[in-house]
Amino acid sequence: MAESYDVIIVGGGNAALCAALAAREVGRSVLVLERSPQHVRGGNTRHTRNIRCSHAAADQFFSGPYSEEEHLQDLIGVTGGPENLELAGVGMRESVTLPGWMSAHGVNWQQPLAGTLHLGRTNRWFLGGGKALLNTYYLKAARMGIEIRYNAMVEDLVIEDGRFEAVRLKNDNREHLIRARAVVIAAGGYEANIEWLKRHWGDAADNFIIRGSPYNDGTLLAALLIHGAKAIGDPKGFHAIGVDARAPKFDGGIVTRLDATPFGVVVNRDARRFYDEGEDIWPKRYAIWGTLIAGQPGQIAYCIVDSKTIDRFLPPMFKPYEAETLEALAPQLGLDPRTFVETLTEYNSAAAGNTELRMEILDKNCTRGLTPPKSNWALPIDRPPFYGLPLRPGITFTYMGVTVDERARVVDQSGRPFKNVYAAGEIMSGNILTKGYLGGFGLTIGSVFGRLAGREAAANGGA
Amino acid sequence: MAGLDVIQEAGRQLVICNACRYCEGYCPVFRAIETRRDFKQGDVFYLANLCHDCRACYYACMYTPPHEFAINIPQILAASRMETYRRWSWPAFLGRAFKNRGVTVFLGLGLAALVAVFALLSIPSEKLFAAHIGPGAFYEIVPYAAMVAGALILFFYGIAVWLRGGARFWSETRSVWNERGDGKALAAAAGAVLGLRYLKGGGPGCLYPDERPSQVRRLYHTLTFWGLASDFISTSLAFVYQDFLHELPPYSVMSAPVIFGTLGGVALIIGTGGLIYFKLKSDRDPAAEGASGMDYVFLVTLGLTALTGLLTLILRTTSAMGSILVLHLACIAALFVTAPYGKFVHAVYRTLALVRYEIEAGHPRQPGLH
Repeated sequence: MAESYDVIIVGGGNAALCAALAAREVGRSVLVLERSPQHVRGGNTRHTRNIRCSHAAADQFFSGPYSEEEHLQDLIGVTGGPENLELAGVGMRESVTLPGWMSAHGVNWQQPLAGTLHLGRTNRWFLGGGKALLNTYYLKAARMGIEIRYNAMVEDLVIEDGRFEAVRLKNDNREHLIRARAVVIAAGGYEANIEWLKRHWGDAADNFIIRGSPYNDGTLLAALLIHGAKAIGDPKGFHAIGVDARAPKFDGGIVTRLDATPFGVVVNRDARRFYDEGEDIWPKRYAIWGTLIAGQPGQIAYCIVDSKTIDRFLPPMFKPYEAETLEALAPQLGLDPRTFVETLTEYNSAAAGNTELRMEILDKNCTRGLTPPKSNWALPIDRPPFYGLPLRPGITFTYMGVTVDERARVVDQSGRPFKNVYAAGEIMSGNILTKGYLGGFGLTIGSVFGRLAGREAAANGGA
Repeated sequence: MAGLDVIQEAGRQLVICNACRYCEGYCPVFRAIETRRDFKQGDVFYLANLCHDCRACYYACMYTPPHEFAINIPQILAASRMETYRRWSWPAFLGRAFKNRGVTVFLGLGLAALVAVFALLSIPSEKLFAAHIGPGAFYEIVPYAAMVAGALILFFYGIAVWLRGGARFWSETRSVWNERGDGKALAAAAGAVLGLRYLKGGGPGCLYPDERPSQVRRLYHTLTFWGLASDFISTSLAFVYQDFLHELPPYSVMSAPVIFGTLGGVALIIGTGGLIYFKLKSDRDPAAEGASGMDYVFLVTLGLTALTGLLTLILRTTSAMGSILVLHLACIAALFVTAPYGKFVHAVYRTLALVRYEIEAGHPRQPGLH
């Protein structure tokens, strides 16, 4: 006879753990199946650091109020309108209760990190970041009697007549089934599946760097789609930023990100500029560069700054290339020196006379008569040494997922929900977040819909 | 890994921490990292001694081995700390004690044995094994002048080596900006030292001996620290009683020296015992190779000093007093002589690092942030 539980959670990140805790709290037997080894458990949650929550008033950690309405307007601002407005509303409403719920489950808080104070009103920082958050939840889960298995690779679901029966596991090359009354799929997106990305991006995907877990290969998303779940979100879409080209292929996380673009110029492989580096203030400027570079030849670009600004941005992990002249910098970056110097000279004369740099505002220090322009912070790059930072697209997460209803049930192509299949986290975030990003909002979705899916799955008798 | 390699490896890891900053909420180490852009030897030495080894950052880090970034801050800072202990010690051949605990053990045991043998040989056995009661009973065993002279020589020698090391710390970790501290910075540093403020893992406690945050280690350390302080007060009071009030020991059970001494002794035994127990149980992954030997020698010496002191009190009216007193004095001698060559020095450098941190915090600089 196969093993059997009340609720199985597939995945081991924030959404999965929230679902597990919620289901266990109403007395259900819960099994968490995390495909990764224990030391890298938790998928992309490992790399998170704060959570966005609506709240009526300032407190010890929030610097001011953030209403559900403003939260929703911010979401509409970046997405142009969520796919499912009602579901987005659930997220905003339920997020109010998250800080209290998290504290009750052992989470500790801290003041906003230096350099991120502008998020201090809307977001809340858990002490030590995402891995510490996961450690807290896993300890709590173990104390509550939730069973957790690592290296537990779920390959498929057994679904009959719209009803989930069991998960199909591959363990040491042996397949076996584990049954449950309900299942919550919180197994992340497919951004680590290069072959899948290639379907939409071709060979360019070979040059993408995946910032998070190498285990997010979309196995469960693919399985759900084959079982008839209705897809939602742009299959080509992902959130991507500029990361150092020397970053590891997977799991480099936050330290590889480069935030230097507004301080200098960005050229492509042909040593030509291709986009307005001074278009907008953080975080927007930060989040567009991944997709921009993905569209450039060879999916590579180089940010060039000089000694005036090298100390003005967060110190990068990898040492910038450095030279006393622009001519000498070009070969270090593999760029044609003539074109490179020409591009920089052209930029410098268009920026001539700009001496001030005021990063906290759009300072209107722009280039004159240059295409593309640099609309703000356009200082000439003329004081040696000169520095070059190589950039590649760093993919954070994918947008496409499965459609869910207001009870977090996965919906099939005819619009009917599966009887006992729930989804939470990145795998269903496309219902709400269709493009762009709001800092800390991924965890909001994961926590709200993880809890909801856990409660709903616990209440489901599997009938 | 030794010497320069340790400093280089620490520098490599700290650059990655500075690009991440997720651990900023845990302790001053990370806030001090953020005011720097590169990490030279002096920066590493400063940060190494600022680290309290609470290990919160280790368990929170996404980049610990087997990740290719191989970040292990508690371990590399502990290794760097050992390097500074050795470097700032004097004379150099005794500084080897930090690399080889055999040297410390040899030094401590050797001196303790010397004291004990000398005392035992010079004391007629009918005196040693007799019960001595009444004022001056202890000095029937070891003459007062010998006791005080020995203690003072070792005490001032230890202080001199500490001061020399402290001065080296201060000059080698000098940072680039305004160094002038004010009363506020000193008060803040004193508060951090006396309250062991940063053995809290940013709030919930050290992740020691394992990944579950707990305040128990801070409690053990507090008992050790204040136990030692209490015993120091007891000794100082006894000195005042004897040389200014002309009351010879032993003092009554309700006298101030005995009360402070007893409370301190009990606290030290619980504190050092707890710390030893935790260390035995602790996760080895964030520990530096070879560091724990030095810790054990120090904790055991401290614990034995307290234990023999309490036994002297309990047995002071019996014929066992003589032998146990000699043992107690031997322990104190060992503690004093190993003080500049063992874990005791962390008290000096940690305090100075906290002073430096508070001075820097009073002149906030966040290069690179806008």
